[in-house]
Amino acid sequence: METILAATVAIFFAVSIYLILSKHIIRILLGVAIFSNAVNLTIFTAGRVVREVPPIIPVELDTPDRLTANPLPQALILTAIVISFSIFAFLLVLAFRAYQELGTDDTDGMRVAEPEGEDLPPLGY
Amino acid sequence: MDTLIFRTIAPYLASLMVLFSVFVLLRGHNEPGGGFIGGLIAASAFAIYGIACGVAPVRRALYFHPMAISGFGLLLSALSGAVSLFMDMPFLTGQWTEISVLGLPIDLSTVLFFDIGVYFVVVGSITSIALALEEREHA
Amino acid sequence: MAADGQWLTFLVLILPFLGAAAAPFLTRALGHNAAWVLALIPAFIFYHFAGFLGAVAEGETVAAGYAWIESLDVDFSWYLDGLSLTFALLISGIGTFIVLYSGGYLKGHQHLGRFFSFILMFMGSMQGLVVADSFLTLFVFWELTSITSFLLIGFDHSREASRRAALQALVVTGLGGLSLLAGLLVIANITGATSLSALLAEGDALRAAPLYMAALLLVLGGAFTKSAQFPFHFWLPNAMEAPTPVSAYLHSATMVKAGVYLVMRLNPVMGETLAWETILPVFGGTTLIVGTLLALRQTDLKLMLAYTTVASLGLLIMLTGFGSKVAVEAAVLYLVAHSMFKGALFMVAGAIDHETGTRDITRLGGIGRAMPVTFAAAVLAALSMGGLPPFFGFLAKEEIYAGLATGGGWAALLTAVAIAGNALMFAIGFAVALKPFTGERADTPKSPHEGPILLWLGPLVLGTSGLLMALVSGFSHHIISSPMASAVAGEPVAVSISVIPHVGLPLLLSVLTIALGIAFYLTLERGRAAMAATLTAIGWGPDRGFDQAVRGTVRLSASVTGIVHNGRLDVYMTVTFIALAAALFVPMIAFGELPAVPGLPSLPFYEVTVLAVGFIGLGAVIYARDRLTAIVSLGIQGFAVALIFMLLGAPDLSFTQFMVETLSVVILALVMTRLKLSPADHRPTRQKVLDISIASLCGAGLGLILLRVTQVPFDGTLSVFFAENARVIAHGRNIVNVIIVDFRGLDTLGEIAVVMIAGLAILALVRIRPGVAPIKAEKQRAKAVEKVEA
Repeated sequence: METILAATVAIFFAVSIYLILSKHIIRILLGVAIFSNAVNLTIFTAGRVVREVPPIIPVELDTPDRLTANPLPQALILTAIVISFSIFAFLLVLAFRAYQELGTDDTDGMRVAEPEGEDLPPLGY
Repeated sequence: MDTLIFRTIAPYLASLMVLFSVFVLLRGHNEPGGGFIGGLIAASAFAIYGIACGVAPVRRALYFHPMAISGFGLLLSALSGAVSLFMDMPFLTGQWTEISVLGLPIDLSTVLFFDIGVYFVVVGSITSIALALEEREHA
Repeated sequence: MAADGQWLTFLVLILPFLGAAAAPFLTRALGHNAAWVLALIPAFIFYHFAGFLGAVAEGETVAAGYAWIESLDVDFSWYLDGLSLTFALLISGIGTFIVLYSGGYLKGHQHLGRFFSFILMFMGSMQGLVVADSFLTLFVFWELTSITSFLLIGFDHSREASRRAALQALVVTGLGGLSLLAGLLVIANITGATSLSALLAEGDALRAAPLYMAALLLVLGGAFTKSAQFPFHFWLPNAMEAPTPVSAYLHSATMVKAGVYLVMRLNPVMGETLAWETILPVFGGTTLIVGTLLALRQTDLKLMLAYTTVASLGLLIMLTGFGSKVAVEAAVLYLVAHSMFKGALFMVAGAIDHETGTRDITRLGGIGRAMPVTFAAAVLAALSMGGLPPFFGFLAKEEIYAGLATGGGWAALLTAVAIAGNALMFAIGFAVALKPFTGERADTPKSPHEGPILLWLGPLVLGTSGLLMALVSGFSHHIISSPMASAVAGEPVAVSISVIPHVGLPLLLSVLTIALGIAFYLTLERGRAAMAATLTAIGWGPDRGFDQAVRGTVRLSASVTGIVHNGRLDVYMTVTFIALAAALFVPMIAFGELPAVPGLPSLPFYEVTVLAVGFIGLGAVIYARDRLTAIVSLGIQGFAVALIFMLLGAPDLSFTQFMVETLSVVILALVMTRLKLSPADHRPTRQKVLDISIASLCGAGLGLILLRVTQVPFDGTLSVFFAENARVIAHGRNIVNVIIVDFRGLDTLGEIAVVMIAGLAILALVRIRPGVAPIKAEKQRAKAVEKVEA
């Protein structure tokens, strides 16, 4: 199963990186969304996988009585999902605002911070 | 999405989802669930309500600003962690007690309040995001 | 000193910093009279250190301190012997009068409190520097003096000249500080000593080490920049942009002597080698001549004094490096004398400036009648500077010639250099002390009269002490000169020179110096014109070189930034991901860590279906021609991931992922319906091929490394711990939730804080409207909503 998941992760990463390399801000955003899924799957796979047994202790016991899925990566990913969603929402709004202010979705046209042919900084003290 | 059916059922759907989110939150310590998931469900509920009936009713229903709810959640989490400081234990050490309500024993813990804080943070922040974007939609 | 005195010394070391914190409040309450209170701090320090004089005169030393960073074996420690004690007394003694003088000089200045604060911080730093024992303490205080000096030079920060001077001083002395740090590290590496007191026993080992030369050059780099030796002298005259109390204190009496202190401190361990006895006299002698010649050129009182200070520092370095006991004695005497007379003369120059409104010597004259006390102080100081009996400067000069004139060509050359330098300094000293006060009464911007006591007390006391210390020379030698000279020479030395002239070569040379000095004084105008012509002919100096270096750096960084930060996001991303691919593949191949070829596992049909759905979603995102397809496809791959989690025993993740994907689709739809953009790809085919290759390489690399990770044995210690303790300790059966809210609660607290901050940031982004205050807009909107509702 890990082998298949590794291949899946590879494809997720390849697709997201291909999208991120684009010049269009919407495609970049889509890429970022997929990228976070790929990262989560990576963490998940690195913790090894077990089919269908959630890490929950039965009511009558103090410790799990059989092999369960690894709880640690799950705990890490759970918060990561929420945070990556927040960041994704932030990026989305940022992109939207940038589009409103600059009138373009092409990253080559977004040059407010680093204008082309910028003058030398002041040489005085 | 401005259909009559959707507008009619949205408030009930949203109320049910919020109720369900509280259920998910409270059972989180023993079964699948918890503050993050519960918070997301509740936030979805408010988002749906907002899409169906506009932002103003949601804001009125919430009474507080969503970010205020979020801030309250963060405060609650931090304070529930601080309880252990008074017992000479490191910050965020879980404290447990059992109280009896109507003859039923109920576990009460600082960890539960911590999880409720997480719930409020997630509800507040994500509802705020969704409402802010929806507001622009209608503006 | 016993341990009970230790805390007192520590208190004394931090007292100026405490005073610096209190100074602004005191000044707000008391105005310029806060000077009287604040001067108690250095006065107390002086009193405290004076208490050590007896013991140190008997040859004792005091080493004490506290552990500072125990894990790194770094101490905050101090070491008191004749050398550090003399410096400490000079710093606190002169500091007392400088604080008083500042109160008078900057009376009514709106930032007087800040000035007191800075100058006390400097005092504390300098104090720490000279008594520091461990190398790190020394270095920290060394840098602190550079920083406080920067603050003080730039005190009048609204003028560009001030800012330039401050920056210049910081750059030059800061670079020197780094050089010193490197030098100290080399020394520590050679000898294993990490404190000065330990180093004193390691002289032979250090001198014999092959890295001796490197250590020497690095340490001298620090000392020469701090003490303004040619060719690093240029920052010191520029530092005269600072208010005069600063010039008097930092740039004549104390800070610039830090380099001299360092050289003197290291003389017993690094001296007596050919390199030491060549480099020091050559640089010192050059600085002496260059400094006096440049001083000749100036008409500004402070600049004249500044260049003679450069010259004096050169003389001190030259004497310390000459390598004889008598020369060391001369250096010690001259150092003490110089601190007093130069500090006094600077304060006199400041008082003249304060009272007349000008410092230009050609516009001053005849104010002696109006300012008799200042005049007296100036003359006392100048007499000492000129080396006339019975002043302390005379003792120093006698000793200089006694030390240098020992026969041989080298000694003769240095003697000639010293005579020329001293004669020129004699002329300039008297020019500063006499020209403004005597002769025709010149027109000045303000009509002068005697300043308040705060302005003349300092120079008068310093000028007088130059006389008194010489008159009781036996006593001052016993408690000051001899212990200090012993510390510098590294062996017991008894200074015995007194004001009664002995007929001999030194006296003869003194007379010659004075005769030459009078000649120079009388021809000062002509000399100035000649120097001005010469300098114009040369046309370039290190000062202009500094400007060129700064501009060059700015241009270089601008052009590098232009290449590296070209403002094109796709280029940044391409470079980043190429680097990522390289970072993944190169080590994997280089270390032969490629994963073993795995067998193909057989999957249940539903898992195959879920994966297939995910891949279809991904493909659709890439090929989407319209917005809705792109959004829905994104949702599909997300739901597929949620299903994968579900199938692999992670229901919590699965639910969360479902909710998040739903919300993502909702907000994407909300935003994108208004973006009016097609998500279609516009890249040319060549670009596409390149991007696909990079993306495939990165994807393959990450997949391979993950595969390799899963092929090494798994250490489940942590997971087992959580599984075993979730119920027992944390009373929860859902292990994932227990980890989130209990075991790793602090992480979660941080994470929800991030979520909240993201929410705030988005709210701010959405609300910002150019030209409208956000809160106002919010209120207006709320009102509008209420109206509609009503």
